[in-house]
Amino acid sequence: MQKLKDFAYGALVPVLLLILWETGSRLGLFSPVLLPSPTAVAIKWWAYLMPGQAQEAGQSTLAWLLSGELLHDAYSSLYRVIAGFLIGAGLALPFGLLMGASTRIYDLFNPLMQILRPIPPIAYIPLAILWFGLGNPPSFFLIAIGAFFPVLMNTIAGVRQVDGIYLRAARNLGVNQWTMFIRVILPAATPYILAGVRIGIGTAFIVVIVSEMIAVNDGLGFRILEAREFMWSDKIIAGMITIGLLGLAIDTAVSRLNNHLLRWHRGLEH
Amino acid sequence: MSQIIVNNVQKVFKTPGKDVIALKDINLEIKQGEFVCLLGPSGCGKSTLLNAVAGFALPSSGEITVEGKLITGPGPDRGMVFQEYALFPWMTVAQNIAFGMEVQKKDKAEIDLTVNQLLEMLHLNDFRDRFPKDLSGGMRQRVAIARILALDSPIMLMDEPFGALDALTRRNLQDELLRIWNKLGKTILFVTHSIEESIYLADRIVVMTYRPGMVKRDQYVDMPRPRDPSSAKFNDLKRELGRLVMEEQQRHANDEMKLAAVD
Ligand SMILES: Nc1ncnc2c1ncn2[C@@H]1O[C@H](COP(=O)(O)OP(=O)(O)OP(=O)(O)O)[C@@H](O)[C@H]1O
Ligand SMILES: [Mg+2]
Repeated sequence: MQKLKDFAYGALVPVLLLILWETGSRLGLFSPVLLPSPTAVAIKWWAYLMPGQAQEAGQSTLAWLLSGELLHDAYSSLYRVIAGFLIGAGLALPFGLLMGASTRIYDLFNPLMQILRPIPPIAYIPLAILWFGLGNPPSFFLIAIGAFFPVLMNTIAGVRQVDGIYLRAARNLGVNQWTMFIRVILPAATPYILAGVRIGIGTAFIVVIVSEMIAVNDGLGFRILEAREFMWSDKIIAGMITIGLLGLAIDTAVSRLNNHLLRWHRGLEH
Repeated sequence: MSQIIVNNVQKVFKTPGKDVIALKDINLEIKQGEFVCLLGPSGCGKSTLLNAVAGFALPSSGEITVEGKLITGPGPDRGMVFQEYALFPWMTVAQNIAFGMEVQKKDKAEIDLTVNQLLEMLHLNDFRDRFPKDLSGGMRQRVAIARILALDSPIMLMDEPFGALDALTRRNLQDELLRIWNKLGKTILFVTHSIEESIYLADRIVVMTYRPGMVKRDQYVDMPRPRDPSSAKFNDLKRELGRLVMEEQQRHANDEMKLAAVD
């Protein structure tokens, strides 16, 4: 009952806004080309979601449902985010562990990192096209760059803040360098690393939308730009809503993972 | 031959301004199976001496040998229990206890057996899959002790292990420790600044002076266990040691006053 109340309370502002918007559209206050009504957007969103062709004989219902444009786009975008993120974070993690653990390695690479870090991933677009042409590779490259720095910086900070008492306790138990790294330093640094992962995923999601506007012909970013060319503002907004939903889904998944991996951590209740 | 020999040990900390002589001319011989307490006011070098035996911070001069071998670094033959517990928070109770044995590449069946025995011995059975954050201070220190017992090291080093616990839990763990010591025959070097705790536990109490840290008194405690803290003999010794520690405490306080005056 309380939950229902909370939900109703939270829905109050969005619903009111929708009503105002719909009323405004019906009264002809907004041009349908610039700002279509919520119902028009909802109808478009549904059309975007459902498959274009009728179900063929022999095709399973699930496969048919998944063949819709929206799901195809969402899948393409998600695929790029995950692949690009894995490349970027996969490089940043070991590199960050090394830079955090060794001042010599840190001093060697830090100046370069400080120069590269402020360059927004978007600024790499021309180079990305030049180097990788069209298709997925430039997207992967841009997303990887977007994910790399947050994960790197947090991993370095995470390793550096590891409490010396754990290192002493581990040395007392007779651990070697490798075990110290894998079973003590890495887990002790996970709260920081995961905070970096969360920022990195967020950046990756921004970059994927932008990168899809330049070099590919599917994905959510591509779709809303395509819709603009036809002045389909209802589809633009339907696409934006989908982007929002996908972002929410990714963030929820990462936050779940976070809570699971940090169930030992003092700051969290589970 | 004694198991631990501390020979002419000196430790100097170089700090900007002036050097601190934390330990000076320390000579100690500790026999296998002995329960020795290091007693003294804050800052007299108890932890410094313990860390030197543990191998975390080697002496500036002099040497420490264990079973005739010179100490050059930490090792699982000298298990350390820290005041701050130092349990690995990302490991469960059972994983914390097992970790040292995994490092030593013991086989799985043996590890499981030992972990179960230790959980039993320290009354931790109900907590085996809990993380340290869910445990009370007393429980955490039990785990820390179990973790060291799992190493099966002949020597246990303990730096004010019960300092942060309430009186009741503290007495409880002291009794537990004596029971384990009796059963397993370990050598224990135990740092405390509680006079009562040292008399309750030790075969022998080494009272240290404040700056430079030297041995002020090497006192054997000749009382059968369990010792009664309200007995006359206990209290005579308590008064006697209290006087010694107070003198050093006074020097500590004077030192701080002088420092404050300079500021
Ligand atoms: N790393 C260090 N650098 C400089 N001085 C130090 C260092 N460690 C300890 N000291 C000094 O050496 C002396 C002995 O310190 P130690 O920690 O051994 O004392 P303690 O007897 O264990 O005191 P407590 O009961 O407070 O733990 C102190 O005066 C302390 O200020
Ligand atoms: Mg100390």
